[in-house]
Amino acid sequence: MAIALALVLVAIGSVVFHFASPWWWTPIASNWGYIDGTLIITFWITGAVFVAVVLFMAYCVLRFRHRTGNQALYEPENKRLEWWLTVATALGVAAMLAPGLVVWQQFITVPEDATEVEIVGRQWSWSFRLPGKDGKLGTSDIRYVDADNPLGLTPDDPNARDDIVIDGGDLHLQIGKPVKVLLRSLDVLHDFYVPEFRGKMDMVPGSVTYFWMTPTRTGNFDILCAELCGVGHPQMRGQVVVAEEAAYQAWLEKQKTFAELSGRPGPQKASYTPASP
Amino acid sequence: MGVSILFFSAVAVFAVWWLSKHRLASKPWLEQGTASEFPGAGVSQTPVAKVGLTVLLASLAALFALFISAYVMRMQFADWRPVAKPTLLWVNTGVLMLSSAALQRARVAAEHDDEREIRAYLVAAGSTALAFLIGQIVAWQQLVALGYALASNPANAFFYLITGLHGLHVVGGLVALGWVMWRRSRAERPDVRLGLALCGMYWDFLLLIWLVLFGLLLLT
Amino acid sequence: MGDVLIGRGDAIPPAEVVDVELYHPHSWITKYVFSQDAKVIALQYSLTALAIGLVALVLSWLMRLQLGFPGVFSFIDPSQYLQYITMHGMIMVIYLLTALFLGGFGNYLIPLMVGARDMVFPYVNMLSYWVYLLAVLVLVASFFVPGGPTGAGWTLYPPQAILPGTPGHEWGIILMLVSLIIFIIGFTMGGLNYVVTVLQARTRGMTLMRMPLTVWGIFTATVLALLAFPALFVACVMMLFDRVLGTSFFIPALVSMGEQLKYGGGSPILFQHLFWFFGHPEVYIVALPAFGIVSDLIATHARRNIFGYRMMVWAIVAIGALSFVVWAHHMYVSGMNPWFGFFFATTTLVIAVPTAIKVYNWVLTLWRGDIHLTVPMLFALAFIVTFVNGGLTGLFLGNVVVDVPLSDTMFVVAHFHMVMGVAPILVIFGAIYHWYPKITGRMWNEALAKFHFWITFLGAYAIFFPMHYLGLLGMPRRYHDIGQTSFIPESAHTLNAFISIVALIVGVAQMVFLFNMFWSLRHGRKADGNPWRATTLEWQTPETPPGHGNWGKELPVVYRWAYDYNVPGADQDFIPQNQPPTPRPA
Repeated sequence: MAIALALVLVAIGSVVFHFASPWWWTPIASNWGYIDGTLIITFWITGAVFVAVVLFMAYCVLRFRHRTGNQALYEPENKRLEWWLTVATALGVAAMLAPGLVVWQQFITVPEDATEVEIVGRQWSWSFRLPGKDGKLGTSDIRYVDADNPLGLTPDDPNARDDIVIDGGDLHLQIGKPVKVLLRSLDVLHDFYVPEFRGKMDMVPGSVTYFWMTPTRTGNFDILCAELCGVGHPQMRGQVVVAEEAAYQAWLEKQKTFAELSGRPGPQKASYTPASP
Repeated sequence: MGVSILFFSAVAVFAVWWLSKHRLASKPWLEQGTASEFPGAGVSQTPVAKVGLTVLLASLAALFALFISAYVMRMQFADWRPVAKPTLLWVNTGVLMLSSAALQRARVAAEHDDEREIRAYLVAAGSTALAFLIGQIVAWQQLVALGYALASNPANAFFYLITGLHGLHVVGGLVALGWVMWRRSRAERPDVRLGLALCGMYWDFLLLIWLVLFGLLLLT
Repeated sequence: MGDVLIGRGDAIPPAEVVDVELYHPHSWITKYVFSQDAKVIALQYSLTALAIGLVALVLSWLMRLQLGFPGVFSFIDPSQYLQYITMHGMIMVIYLLTALFLGGFGNYLIPLMVGARDMVFPYVNMLSYWVYLLAVLVLVASFFVPGGPTGAGWTLYPPQAILPGTPGHEWGIILMLVSLIIFIIGFTMGGLNYVVTVLQARTRGMTLMRMPLTVWGIFTATVLALLAFPALFVACVMMLFDRVLGTSFFIPALVSMGEQLKYGGGSPILFQHLFWFFGHPEVYIVALPAFGIVSDLIATHARRNIFGYRMMVWAIVAIGALSFVVWAHHMYVSGMNPWFGFFFATTTLVIAVPTAIKVYNWVLTLWRGDIHLTVPMLFALAFIVTFVNGGLTGLFLGNVVVDVPLSDTMFVVAHFHMVMGVAPILVIFGAIYHWYPKITGRMWNEALAKFHFWITFLGAYAIFFPMHYLGLLGMPRRYHDIGQTSFIPESAHTLNAFISIVALIVGVAQMVFLFNMFWSLRHGRKADGNPWRATTLEWQTPETPPGHGNWGKELPVVYRWAYDYNVPGADQDFIPQNQPPTPRPA
């Protein structure tokens, strides 16, 4: 008896908690509203199933609990019912999977006009690199990493000299501009995680991973590390600032290039106007 | 993971085949009685130890399949430098084949109850397996002398690791063979046919694994 | 009823199943310590698993103290926190759940349920336990070495696991890898027994389709384990080489703490593939025995045949097979080739279908049953609730794109605790209460058992259900202290504190369970051989607790399937499997 009540409470309580709780995702700041949409579809379908199953159990416990003289029905199987349930489940699963795969297709297809931004993780801080005037990121190798060259850019690569290196500062992004975020790690696994952007990806030493997004909301956003990287894992923080174009350019103006930082010849000025409007 | 997927698919196919023989679609609630009328529905007549060894070998095969998968995946990275293949490895392969063959002959001899021959072939099988192990160690030393240190390249590391693991399994086989020989020495006219059959299965398995591993080394 | 009567119903000759060689103990040592009786080995496995599980439970308290009240307990530093989560996870998954379900329940129930005298290789079975114990001791030893146990997270991802910056990178990680390797060797010895006993030692008439679902679950799980543990073995051996001998299987060139290391070219993702190739089947190694056991609990206590037995068997087999092709859903954001996402999201969601069928059949077994709300039944009901909840959140995480924002957050922690922590453990409790009278010959105290049930069920749900919402909020896992963020409101910290308090209460309630188990050994009411009036063979033994050899002189003969409850026309509401059919006029 008590268990039937408890089951009803669990089902209803979970739904009430879902709608009444103040804990919900942070307002989105990127183009990945579709991810949120898929999540909502999943919530509705799974929520309905959960409530239905638990309430059905509660009903069974109440209705068919043991009383003297009760006899259970002897019915080894009911093929029609089982097939019907299987098909319904398959349809429900498909209704979640199909939109999921469509959005995943978008998630892994980087648009042509995305600018590249490199984010480098190491124990336990973030560094960033933007392409310079040439619009290209230079090559890098872990063996070049030293105090002057914290990201290990190839000193002889002309594409690298005008790259803007931000070691210890914030990353600024321009609103409405798609970016391909290239992720690199110098030591162990990290994960570039900004909850408002929804997208995230591990950074794997020895290779370059990526994802893409378009910031859609200005503001300052926390960067956290989402892949365990040692004792400093929770302290590995940073900030992304999403700004309008003018403010972004003003910030870019003040940044230093790799050439400047490492005392090598090359472009010393970070800001640039795109070649064609 | 291609190699592993292939292996696990084979296991799955076998499992489906085996289950299909056990009337998995029957409606058990409609059938009462001892079910002795259904051929294959009870347990098989194969000796328990043989079934046990087969299951063990399946698990070991999974182990080596996964090592090979890891090998193939690691191979694709830029720093891979193939390891040299000492001629001795060919000799070792031959020795291991001889060992398998000797055990096979010992099994035939056991069928005829030819005590002297069993003994001779058992000793031959044991000593060739031992020779294989020594040969492998010498091959290691040759490679080290040629500069193929364990930690200097993943190809070397894999070579030492996989051959070492294979060698350990041969050692395990020798222990089992020793046990069979010890049992023979204790009894007047012991029945060692099952023991020999098991050793034979194990030997053939290790030979097969070695041939696959050696083939993989030669190809890469 | 169109019953088919096979063979004659009378005068069945004694079973002609080959007796396994029984080693009859001569002394106390060989009877209770180096015993080859599967039932004693089962108890050894279970007690060891529960003992090490208690350590993991205490670690979870420490963790929750830190998470609920960061900064208050100054004796917990960040390194220790990582060590707690790592050891807690590994112990619970491997050394408790795997060992208890297979080594414990497998050993006790398989021979009894299939009508065998013992496992087929009793000596190897005994060795299996002692090797397992060694693995546990090596694991425990890592608490006492310089640097302490590893704090790499239970997934032990390289390079972090073996580099400075991670606690226990000196000795802890080595002992952990060695312990796992030993565990796998020991498990293989036991696993051979479980599989071959089901294959070769079934008694006369025990066809595969007459086996109780418990046996099906444990059998399939053991097959999975024998094929999946090698992947963990490979990963551990290779990482051990990387750590001790300086090879570069998994470690690329890197700069650790400002220093260029000698490693180069290795692939951290290769480790992840190997780990999860084991890791996902591992989920089912734990879940399938739970599925099987809970099916039998529900059928017995609802006095009704398990609904759709054939579907249940097929679903177990299908889930087992599918579990080998879903592993990379743990790696959606690992940086692997993104195209894999399509394949693994599809296989992962497909596995939901057979799993859902199992759930339907459990609840449909309740429908029109005669439900006795005994303690095992309560736990079975609670299992369904938590399993359905955890299984459904799996559909979020399995659907690749939904996983992206949720991965590595508390949502994941909540999901897997619900589905492979709480749910299987509720089954374990239900199963212990169910079989306790057979194992000890005594009943437990009902009031204490009910108390234990309510606290555990409602408490565990109150811990892990709200936790999902912390993850949704974006709270990452494996943080000893979230600190200041712009997106986590103060109320979330209150929720964390609430979760911690409930966790401590639930933890303490487990002591009531332990007390009940030990107290009832001596003071419990004497139980008869078949207190639940169940059909399966283990309840039909001549002695309770069953003696060495289980069956006295003659093996039982099986005449029917395991679920003849409330058969129309029968004179009682259950018919044991070994009861001959009464010949009926045509």
